[in-house]
Amino acid sequence: MILPLFWAFATLSLLAIGGANAVLPEMHRQLVEIHGWLDDATFGQLFALAQAAPGPNILAASVMGWRIAGPAVMAAATLGMLLPASVLAWCVAGLTQRLAGAAWLKPAQFGLVPVAVGLIAASGVIMAEAAGTGWLPWAVIAASALFVWRTGFSPLWVLAGGGAIGWLAL
Amino acid sequence: MSPTRGELFLAYLRIGLTGFGGVNAWARQLLVERKGWLSDQHYAEALGMGQVLPGPNALNCAIAIGARFHGGAGALLACAGLLLGPMAVLVAVAALYDQYGQLPLVRAVLTGIAAAAAGMVLGTAVKMAVKLRPTPLLWLTGALALLLAMLRVPLPLVLLGLAPLGIWAAGRR
Repeated sequence: MILPLFWAFATLSLLAIGGANAVLPEMHRQLVEIHGWLDDATFGQLFALAQAAPGPNILAASVMGWRIAGPAVMAAATLGMLLPASVLAWCVAGLTQRLAGAAWLKPAQFGLVPVAVGLIAASGVIMAEAAGTGWLPWAVIAASALFVWRTGFSPLWVLAGGGAIGWLAL
Repeated sequence: MSPTRGELFLAYLRIGLTGFGGVNAWARQLLVERKGWLSDQHYAEALGMGQVLPGPNALNCAIAIGARFHGGAGALLACAGLLLGPMAVLVAVAALYDQYGQLPLVRAVLTGIAAAAAGMVLGTAVKMAVKLRPTPLLWLTGALALLLAMLRVPLPLVLLGLAPLGIWAAGRR
């Protein structure tokens, strides 16, 4: 299982333009739908934990690896997720000092943003499908989306609030 | 002024551990405003590069900034600093989840957090879409990405298909 999982994440690593949220649909497809390594609810909860913890959200891959089969798989998932993209970044960083402000950078960056936003929206829908087990979770989802969209407060408040509502009412 | 290797590592260790809900705001504040190691312009360039490349942009940014000061060793130290703290926290969380994840009360709290996180991701997408002020073609690109991902089209195909459309649409803006 270690090798297929490593390759699954290594592929994802090179596609993760826009960060962890943008590859969540593909992670879900690979881990839950194709391989059946995690069920829907566990997948959503582990991703939520990685968002609540400090550090890059891509470390969700590490917690999922741990949950699937312990430390060795966790290491494989983490390395798979980080290594290819990091090596690429390292190579480009060497060129950057010469390429800084290169003409192709702006349109490339701007053109990929809507794709990343669409993928992030799909992540939200997939997570909502997993978490929306009744009217109360759906109310939490709607309220938290509005809060994050309309206010500038730290999203940690939303996660804490969701946890508190779960504790008291679910 | 540029940092020693030890200072670079410690700065990134701190960024990793304080970086709740997105590392970049914390990184900019520490590296540019408090330490004065980088100008705003240099930080923005490193971040812009980090966003075009795949992978977490905070990590790409750390590699570029580490390499700028201390070459390969700097890149490794910055990455290690950024990741080690959060990894330790996550290992603890994962162990606790294994132990207590099935208790009804814990499941209830986690369901609440997962629902809030789903809303947070949706809210972020809406916020980004509105801030972008997209042209109709850029809206179409984003909507197609959402639709294809929902239909479980493999990500490589989605990116191959939509990246040219997005870049073309951005060029016509």
